[in-house]
Amino acid sequence: MAVAQKNSSADDNKRAPAAKLADFSKEQELSAYETMLTIRRFEEKAGQMYGMGLIGGFCHLYIGQEAVVVGMQMVLKKGDQVITGYRDHGHMLACGMDAKGVMAELTGRAQGYSKGKGGSMHMFSVEKGFYGGHGIVGAQVPLGTGLAFANVYRGNDNLSVTYFGDGAANQGQVYESFNMAELWKLPVIYVIENNRYAMGTSIARASAEVNLSRRGLSFNIPGEQVDGMDVRAVQAAGEKAAAWCRAGKGPYILEMLTYRYRGHSMSDPAKYRTREEVDKVRSTTDPIDMARARILEKKFATEDVLKKIDASVRDLINQAAEFATHDPEPDVSELFTDIYR
Amino acid sequence: MPIDILMPALSPTMEKGNLAKWLKKEGDSVKSGDIIAEIETDKATMEVEATDEGTMGKILVPEGTADVAVNTPIATILSDGEDASAAPEKKAEPAKKTDSVAEQQKKAQSAPPATEGKAEAPAPEEAEKKAAKAPAAPAIQTAADPDIPEGTEMVTMTMREALRDAMAEEMRRDGDVFVMGEEVAEYQGAYKVTQGLLQEFGDKRVIDTPITEHGFAGLGVGAALAGLKPIVEFMTFNFAMQAIDQIINSAAKTLYMSGGQMGCSIVFRGPNGAAARVAAQHSQDYSAWYSHIPGLKVIAPSNAADAKGLLKAAIRDPNPIIFLENEILYGHSSPVPKLDDFVLPIGKAKIARAGSDVTIVAWSNGMTYALKAAEELAKEGIEAEVIDLRTLKPMDTETIIASVKKTGRAVTVEEGWAQSGVGAEIATRIMEQAFDYLDAPVARVSGKDVPMPYAANLEKLALPTVAEVVEAAKAVSYK
Repeated sequence: MAVAQKNSSADDNKRAPAAKLADFSKEQELSAYETMLTIRRFEEKAGQMYGMGLIGGFCHLYIGQEAVVVGMQMVLKKGDQVITGYRDHGHMLACGMDAKGVMAELTGRAQGYSKGKGGSMHMFSVEKGFYGGHGIVGAQVPLGTGLAFANVYRGNDNLSVTYFGDGAANQGQVYESFNMAELWKLPVIYVIENNRYAMGTSIARASAEVNLSRRGLSFNIPGEQVDGMDVRAVQAAGEKAAAWCRAGKGPYILEMLTYRYRGHSMSDPAKYRTREEVDKVRSTTDPIDMARARILEKKFATEDVLKKIDASVRDLINQAAEFATHDPEPDVSELFTDIYR
Repeated sequence: MPIDILMPALSPTMEKGNLAKWLKKEGDSVKSGDIIAEIETDKATMEVEATDEGTMGKILVPEGTADVAVNTPIATILSDGEDASAAPEKKAEPAKKTDSVAEQQKKAQSAPPATEGKAEAPAPEEAEKKAAKAPAAPAIQTAADPDIPEGTEMVTMTMREALRDAMAEEMRRDGDVFVMGEEVAEYQGAYKVTQGLLQEFGDKRVIDTPITEHGFAGLGVGAALAGLKPIVEFMTFNFAMQAIDQIINSAAKTLYMSGGQMGCSIVFRGPNGAAARVAAQHSQDYSAWYSHIPGLKVIAPSNAADAKGLLKAAIRDPNPIIFLENEILYGHSSPVPKLDDFVLPIGKAKIARAGSDVTIVAWSNGMTYALKAAEELAKEGIEAEVIDLRTLKPMDTETIIASVKKTGRAVTVEEGWAQSGVGAEIATRIMEQAFDYLDAPVARVSGKDVPMPYAANLEKLALPTVAEVVEAAKAVSYK
């Protein structure tokens, strides 16, 4: 909540009232905890493998932001679509994509989700409703709006969750999308993952209005700031936004106040913020630590049970790493496939 | 002296139009600013205002006259003291009177209001009937078209109508096909290519967008990733530069980046290249730009039949397609086979004129120069083989090479700039695959290396000319 208070604007009477914290059941707490932990461990492993030279190019880690995607995923149903930018490993795992396939794509191997041809920023799963994985800042926003358009065209009650960051929030195409989404009442939840830094530029240095939940005001799109470090707050806000969209009322903006612990990418100068700032967020509002504490406090599980979960998550990630290390590179014949169909 | 009222042009590309209606009669008094007549083309309707005061003298072109050439005197205005008999007898330009103009006028009045002017919006079937009534023009191409069965009845229609029919047919066939873009619905298309589609398919499938090319192109790609088949109209491809990131990074590359899992069936279409007198920002030819990109197919037809057959193919194709039209060609009529489902293969060039002395390769409006040049050359005893490329990517290299092996000489014609142009690519392929057959280096005729100037004389100089094509063909023939 510290993050939320720090960033919230005084002039927020036009914003939708913030959703309350969801009261999670035992199953919800445990399932959210496990998925957040899976993402955390996956990303730690990816960082390690990058350091070993097994992963190349760009690699943007999601560590610290896990509650956002896990909370949002809890409100989705079959047929809903998810699309995001390049910090996408967490989204894929939350959508239910196989850790082995994701990790093998990171290592550029044949059984990666894109046969090794996409890499960290370009993975997709039609089956799991994950539409990428896009490397151009902000480009996923019109695309996600188009996914929502398809839902209206087909007359179903599915929605599109379109994620983007505080950096992308300044791209022009975001506002072109907002306009059409509200004009045509498209069912899209714009989830702005405000982790406070667009690469190394803090939001205050890049944005004239730092309360990004207000960015839809001139289009009449309701928005609210959410404590993106608390999976219960995310889930509650997501529930409300989803109901809005499924009722045919058009788009909804959720600004998730979150934080990334690691650098923008693997080569990050770490000069734009202090170690103390990172440590403070990490020690006071870590989404996984908070979930773990709640579980113990509510006696949803014992330390022993949590240790077992931790061990099985570690095991899953180790298997994924092992698979991604030994899977062969794509056959050279793949160079010229999948250009046309 | 009586003052002549001349047939006005609605746009720099208009050559003739219909005189739909006179709102003043002979003998009526006229003030400056009075609306005296309505004229129309297949693209738009316009009111003719008086700019002089006096009395309506003789009406020289009766209402309902079709195809009145621009600048033909259509009536006279008499100043005080003059009478109608004083007006010299003027003959209107040869113009044929048709019954359909009055009918069209009625339809125009009953059409839903357009945002500007009074756009005529016949349902596609009516337009088809109208086109069917027109006598079929003699087929221009000397080479038989292998894609059209022998004995097929041909109907003459404009490229604009052919494109519209292609979209309408595919929309009837597949509910996932929809068209979106600026002014495609109520306005009936900025260039009237989507005329009548809103009336037939409704606003769910014919969608007016805000002026946000980047946004709606991306939205279209997103809808295509979800399995729909959008036709995204750009008012002109000049404006698609705003959207080129979505076209290339999102549409063209996703299939590859997803390992073949997710692609998009989408057509980006609209006029490309120079129109007339619209200067540098509205006159660029993007043939080379898009044909550079793996994952895109690029089509640029030169006539109504190819436009129809290839647009239908493009809409059905599971890949992203760039469909480059041409404003100048929109109003040109040519025969289109009357078939229930006329679909042409993408990636196949056509020999538009057979010849043995020199190969001329062109596409889109470049074909206009190429065919006229071929006629000129024939007068001098040089028989040019003119290849209409039709598709720029994938390029039908085989047809080009086969022709060059026969003629030993080649000229490329394009309105775009020469550097890194399509002509440069054709020349390279010829060099790579038919070097030993060449009797002369390949010559390129292209747009000049300047932004398009506005002044009429400079604009002419900036574009290729028939004379340049003739000269290039003679040069490679050492004549």
